[in-house]
Amino acid sequence: MKYLTEFRNGEIAQRMAREIHAIATRPWKIMEVCGGQTHSIIKNGIDQMLPDGIEMIHGPGCPVCVTPLELIDKALAIAAAPGVIFCSFGDMLRVPGTEADLFQVKGAGGDVRVVYSPLDAVELAAKNPDKQVVFFGVGFETTAPANAMSVHVAKRRGLKNFSLLVSHVLVPPAIAAILESPGNMVQGFLLAGHVCSVMGYWEYPPLAAKYRVPLVVTGFEPLDLLDGIRRTVMQLEAGQHEVENAYERIVTLDGNQAAQKLLAEVFEVTDRAWRGIGVIPKSGWRLSAAYREFDAEERFHITGIHTEESPLCRAGDVLRGAIKPAECSAFGMECTPRHPLGATMVSSEGACAAYFNYGRFLSAEDLASAGSGLTGVAHV
Amino acid sequence: MGRVNFGGVVKRVCLDYVPEVEVGDYTIVHVGFALSKIDQETAEKTLAIFREMGMLDEELAGEDEAFARAAAAPQSACPDGSCSAK
Amino acid sequence: MSENVAASEAEQLKTTPAGAGPDFSNWSCPLPLAGYPTIVMGHGGGGKLGNELVEHLFLAAFRNPELENLGDAAVLDLGGAKLAMSTDSFVVQPLFFPGGSIGELAVNGTVNDLAVSGAEPRFLSASFILEEGFPLAQLAAIVADMAKAAATAGVKIVTGDTKVVERGHGDGCYINTAGVGALRAGIEVGPERARAGDAILVSGTIGDHGMAIMSVREGLEFESQIRSDCAALNGLIAEVLAAAGTAVHTMRDPTRGGLASTLNEIAQSSGVGVEIDELSLPVRAEVQAACELLGLDPVYVANEGKAVFFVAPEAAEQVLEALRAHPLGRDAARIGRVTAEHKGMLVARTAMGANRVIPTQIGEQLPRIC
Repeated sequence: MKYLTEFRNGEIAQRMAREIHAIATRPWKIMEVCGGQTHSIIKNGIDQMLPDGIEMIHGPGCPVCVTPLELIDKALAIAAAPGVIFCSFGDMLRVPGTEADLFQVKGAGGDVRVVYSPLDAVELAAKNPDKQVVFFGVGFETTAPANAMSVHVAKRRGLKNFSLLVSHVLVPPAIAAILESPGNMVQGFLLAGHVCSVMGYWEYPPLAAKYRVPLVVTGFEPLDLLDGIRRTVMQLEAGQHEVENAYERIVTLDGNQAAQKLLAEVFEVTDRAWRGIGVIPKSGWRLSAAYREFDAEERFHITGIHTEESPLCRAGDVLRGAIKPAECSAFGMECTPRHPLGATMVSSEGACAAYFNYGRFLSAEDLASAGSGLTGVAHV
Repeated sequence: MGRVNFGGVVKRVCLDYVPEVEVGDYTIVHVGFALSKIDQETAEKTLAIFREMGMLDEELAGEDEAFARAAAAPQSACPDGSCSAK
Repeated sequence: MSENVAASEAEQLKTTPAGAGPDFSNWSCPLPLAGYPTIVMGHGGGGKLGNELVEHLFLAAFRNPELENLGDAAVLDLGGAKLAMSTDSFVVQPLFFPGGSIGELAVNGTVNDLAVSGAEPRFLSASFILEEGFPLAQLAAIVADMAKAAATAGVKIVTGDTKVVERGHGDGCYINTAGVGALRAGIEVGPERARAGDAILVSGTIGDHGMAIMSVREGLEFESQIRSDCAALNGLIAEVLAAAGTAVHTMRDPTRGGLASTLNEIAQSSGVGVEIDELSLPVRAEVQAACELLGLDPVYVANEGKAVFFVAPEAAEQVLEALRAHPLGRDAARIGRVTAEHKGMLVARTAMGANRVIPTQIGEQLPRIC
């Protein structure tokens, strides 16, 4: 595919990695916030191509993973209710709530449907006037325009049977929270490229100045990630802390004005609890007063939810970047995508899922000593 | 709504957020919505820069050993102990 | 006191037919979270969940050596004559899709299971479970497809059955086919026979069938030219066996769960490591694009007209030639090798030059949206 495959060229990637080896003189810790970037890094082995001293710390870039357990349990209760068609993206289906997951609710007779776009859910509402159609709107700023459009269209068409279960989180407050947390080791950030394609990157210079960290807008393909990392390392080596755009073909400073306009109309900023991290002030979006009638939490008013996190699950530590997934004692044992203890193991943007699905169980040293013969020279 | 061609696969996509996009342009699409037009000139420039990167270093070949450790090792034993290894 | 009460309740649960629970204690998973064990969609996905069901429920109950081999077909000794027998049920939705229908799948699926076991498929049974209200015109079209597929494959449908269930209790039409074939003398293939050094070949492009279905699945529709690769492989396999004979150690058709599941199964059955080159995997550009769109990996997507061959390295070129000479094998490619390292695991060399492990899928493939 054009403007996609070219950015996966293995030969160029290896040369870019060599550049990074050439310029790094000290160890650095860099965080990527976006789960899509985490997956691409792990799948393509980008972290393994970097010099030993450069460590990629995986951030809370998984909106499904940071959605509070209480909201997951509410979603399950709504999905199980008669007369409801519950719609979500595919990877939501196996996220564990306290008692069950959407897959099991479906197996027990709930009408749970995977859709590609929230507009598909709006169409379902139009075609099934006798049912309540609920869309689970989870995401960063990237999916918010889609959700905003869907409620906007529902309102315009006067649909009374469509609602949105909202769990939107924002990137800049998350970065601030990480930088504020005691014991923070992160020295530079790769900013989420597609979030910035919507919001621009005008929000970040104050952050870079206040915390004196380089912030580099980065894409998702191997060459984009290597370029973002290279620029971050260059800044760190030079003692700089600027906002840079390494994804210029997609991202502009101002971002998508049309999207931001509708977002301002449909959503308003609110405090949000991030699962595994805690409440981050002004870090989320909820429906504005003009659109509150489409809020599923208000429409369905679920009570009696008793949440219980798994005592073994360390998703919070993973999301904060305190540990790598393979360092969790339950990883690959009690916790696998087959029977996950937390959302990070099943969400398409979860770090634990990335590590598991791309086979990251042992360190390179352990594998070498196991005599598997798999360590060796990268093919050039 | 418009029709967007993903490498041969065509899907209906909402184009309301990219009013400037015309037939023949490339966009980034998320969950059925086009969010941003790809600036082709910038894309080509970026690729050209990437292609140049590290070309001179090839002659110097200083970092080969440090670099060689990278990337070759998959990091795994049997995920759930079910294989017959060891 | 309360302990004894609890114990007797547990006993009762085990012996009551209605609530008789299997002993889950040796399953790798704990009881599903809901608190009661039920079948979920993933059990039919051809991945780990499904394998678990087979091993711990069916195998445990039916235990016998013919079943335990867990090949695509069972090899039966009828006092001298050796037969292969296989069965498959077809529940695909929609019933008609680009490139095929449930009818063609029903015939070719069982023909292929027999063929990859080294048998010449001969006779099929066909059982139908039809829903009240199902249009006869559609049934006629399905049956016509089956007749055509059978004729092409050179097999006869010799017995069958029809049942009807009330409206709302069946998705239009379900089909089961069972087949028997004559084992070729001197040919012994099986998932446990792959050896270090073997070359791995695939007969053509992967992911076509699964993406053709996805393209018409409600909620995910997209326009494309992708067509199912549904086809009978017995002719192609006959050519391969004629060319290489006993140098062919293992053959498999990678259906649900895709190439990755099949290669993992063989790696585990044979106790060997499997290595493939991502860049050598034949994938149609459109299938690749559709996979990008839905966040899927072609190695996990179903095929219905492809076979994977593990052959002694010295025979690899002949097999590749034989494949490419056949209409169904034009895009055949050599994709990897068997190694004595990382036994039981499938490892791929990526475009980046890194090695990555490709595990068996858990259950059903879910479209991943970023």
